[in-house]
Amino acid sequence: MSAGEGDVAGEPLLRVSDLVVRFPSRFGELTAVDGVGLAVRAGEIVGLVGESGAGKSTIGAAVTGLLPGTGYVASGEVRLAGRRIDGLGREARHALRGSRISMIFQDPQTSLNPLMSVGEQLVETIRTHAEVGVREARERAVALLAETGIDSPSTRIDDHPHRFSGGMRQRVVIALALSTDPELVVADEPTTALDAAIRSQILELLRRLVDERGVGVVLITHDIGTIAAVTDRTVVLRRGRTVESGPTAEVLGRPREPYTRALVAAVPRLDVRLDRFRGIVESVDADAVRTSGGAGPNLGSWRVAGASAERASRWLLGGEGGRGPTRDPVLEVRDLDVVFGASTGGPFGIGAREGLRALDGVSLAVPAGGTLGLVGESGSGKSTLAKAIVGLVAPAGGELRFDGEPLPPRGRRPRDHASRRRIQMVFQDPYSSLNGRHRVESILAEPLREHALVADAKERRALSASVLELVGLPQGALLRYPHQFSGGQRQRIAVARALLARPELLVADEPTSALDVSVQAQVLNLLKDLRDAFGLAMLFVSHDLAVVRQIADRVVVLRRGRVVEAGDVEEFFAGPSSDYGRELLRLTPSLEALAPPEEDAGAEAGAPARPDAAP
Amino acid sequence: MSAAPRPGGGPTAPSGPLARLRRASVGNEYLHLFLHSPAAVIAALVATLGIGAALFAPVLAPTDPYDIGAVDLLDSLLPPAWAEGGDARFPLGTDDQGRDLLSTILYGTRLSLAVGLASVGFAAALGIGLGLLAGYRGGRIDALVMRVADVQLALPAILTALLVDGIARGILPRESHDDLMLVVLTVAIGLSLWVDFARTARASTFVERQKEYVQAAEVTGVHPVRIALVHVLPNVLGPLLVILTIDLAVAVLLEATLSFLGVGVPANQPSLGTLIRIGTEYLFSGEWWIVLFPALALVVLIVAVNVLGDFLRDVFDPRLRR
Repeated sequence: MSAGEGDVAGEPLLRVSDLVVRFPSRFGELTAVDGVGLAVRAGEIVGLVGESGAGKSTIGAAVTGLLPGTGYVASGEVRLAGRRIDGLGREARHALRGSRISMIFQDPQTSLNPLMSVGEQLVETIRTHAEVGVREARERAVALLAETGIDSPSTRIDDHPHRFSGGMRQRVVIALALSTDPELVVADEPTTALDAAIRSQILELLRRLVDERGVGVVLITHDIGTIAAVTDRTVVLRRGRTVESGPTAEVLGRPREPYTRALVAAVPRLDVRLDRFRGIVESVDADAVRTSGGAGPNLGSWRVAGASAERASRWLLGGEGGRGPTRDPVLEVRDLDVVFGASTGGPFGIGAREGLRALDGVSLAVPAGGTLGLVGESGSGKSTLAKAIVGLVAPAGGELRFDGEPLPPRGRRPRDHASRRRIQMVFQDPYSSLNGRHRVESILAEPLREHALVADAKERRALSASVLELVGLPQGALLRYPHQFSGGQRQRIAVARALLARPELLVADEPTSALDVSVQAQVLNLLKDLRDAFGLAMLFVSHDLAVVRQIADRVVVLRRGRVVEAGDVEEFFAGPSSDYGRELLRLTPSLEALAPPEEDAGAEAGAPARPDAAP
Repeated sequence: MSAAPRPGGGPTAPSGPLARLRRASVGNEYLHLFLHSPAAVIAALVATLGIGAALFAPVLAPTDPYDIGAVDLLDSLLPPAWAEGGDARFPLGTDDQGRDLLSTILYGTRLSLAVGLASVGFAAALGIGLGLLAGYRGGRIDALVMRVADVQLALPAILTALLVDGIARGILPRESHDDLMLVVLTVAIGLSLWVDFARTARASTFVERQKEYVQAAEVTGVHPVRIALVHVLPNVLGPLLVILTIDLAVAVLLEATLSFLGVGVPANQPSLGTLIRIGTEYLFSGEWWIVLFPALALVVLIVAVNVLGDFLRDVFDPRLRR
């Protein structure tokens, strides 16, 4: 692959050509980056976008000279303003990194030293790279904080990082990165840990600083929205190779390569609701079940006798006394209060206090067979509400009615309460929601055993295998451990576990926020199919309005524990009635630059086994 | 309809060659891993030899060191058979009582291992149980358990053991003393070792219980005891196994100390620890063999157990396997 933009007059600020980065390991050499080229000019933001394992962070590390572990640049070159820097020694590299190249990392919580005031960190960095006195360095630091949009910087400079909010902290990190007056900034997922509202502010800041100071920025992200919002040019990566590169509007608006098209198609749109995502790249999630060496059965061919997706759907449809709840709405929440840390105090009752009111008089209803989207920023109480509904958090007041019956109002919900089966939850992080010490079979069998849904172990196994097939995994996955699956596959397993309890209400708490976009699209497709096939009611919690638009019928907006707005999803996206709703919608990155969704896209790879496909 | 539909006669367990292959392969998974770890194989071999020798001491030992009639004081402090002045009857020499050192080591290993395993087992059961309880329930129960643990830590192990021994002597009938000696010893040592297990189990449980898989089990209504034992315990087992193997060594040494103080095993039934104690007294007068051989036996055994413990820790964590 050629450097691409090399024909531009003059040498670009950063030029990476034919870069190959390898990681030797005991299993042979892994080529993480394979012949990638890119060029960044001063005053330009170049986006590196791709899904997990695309090698985008490795390229950033190769540019900054911070390749982790055994990684090394096998061939190709990195030039900064015409000078080759990839072969430099450690010392020279270090000096370069301070003065001419800076970095912005993902998590502002961990990239600042919690024990030093912001000013000390800035002054230290400035004085390491410039011969200036403490006073002058401090003046510069104050100016930098002001420049990055921190109010009353001359007093805030003496605060420690914990006194800043997440977004403010990231501003400080940016100030720190700019404190040495660098020519090039490598930003690795700088907004991933932030709320949508904060994210757009930070991106605006980045854009403004680039325009004003004329630095070049390499922006590494998995988020197409971020790319669309600020970058001038974009390089789409996949498995260490360049798929496509060029001006952002062109790459995202008229993608030439099928992979880019698929990637763009998988991004949930704020402006359109799609029945399902089409043309998803199948192979992204198809490093399949990672083969574990030596011992172990062949996954593809291993089957449980009598198990099939058809059987699973018949079982799911055959609830007792006809299917599902009879009342509408399935779930009603009235004036729910949740208070954390109240009264009990610490050990020996010391320090009793009023506590934190996480939910304050929340009312909502989940319609039968419908999906309620619950949105809000972090800290709005949406996860708390989900937990209160499934009984993980005890409400302090108000009422929960499920299928017309009130749920136990206070204290712990009894273990044998019927709602323990009828309401199931899919958690956010599939890496933590599946017990790593258990085989998938025992994870799936638990709800069956716990609720005594089937007669014996044989039937448990057959049903588990059937439901696995229903969610689009091979039956042989039963014999594996969770760590042998990719994130998307794990989330399918988590969905299968929830389904095996034969629930009537599914509470999904940010079920796709830990996943890559194309995997997210697959999981959303799966949830839609299940809802449509089994009339499953769903409470879908998400911070991502675009995702909610794709799946919900109704929307409830939470802010600081209170319902700000509730209404039909189409009405909400047409025009929210509350100021806060409008603000949220405005701050969600607009994807106008993206290609219009393709309705006629080809094969629906990665789609789950359709339950209704059986004869 | 309450039961699942059973089309075509219902599900059956997997059968046929494929299924047999899978059962075999899963069953042999541990064996496969084991055979590919030379350190584990050697350690297991050594441990098996040691434990076997201890178990079959009455058959293997040339003489019976507990039989006072067979011991001759005139044979005391003889060097090993190959050294100058050695006697072919006593391959590793004799101790200060004239007992054959090899036989005494075999019998002593038996005693040491029995006390060590029993007391560590007792300590682990108590400590892990309390640690899981404290970590999982939190709040007052946690505070209570941990304060008790702190008090326990403040008491030297020897003092705890002396206390237990004293109480046992006070309340048990005199004639059952010698029979119950080992039980008392086990409880005494176990009580001074449980804190490590409890603290480690509690700390790891605290971390694990925040994870979503525990919440998932709670949502489903799984019994807390089952959550603690089936879900949390396997995830906190790694560091506990390491403590287990280390504490086994500690227990053996503690038993030696107690025996030295006269509250351990009876003097006429020397354990490995007792032998080492006796040996150290003669070390400077040139009778090196009394301390060397028992110590060697102890070290080899403990190292083998430690290596096995490390191996088990890795095997029990499927994530470390590839």
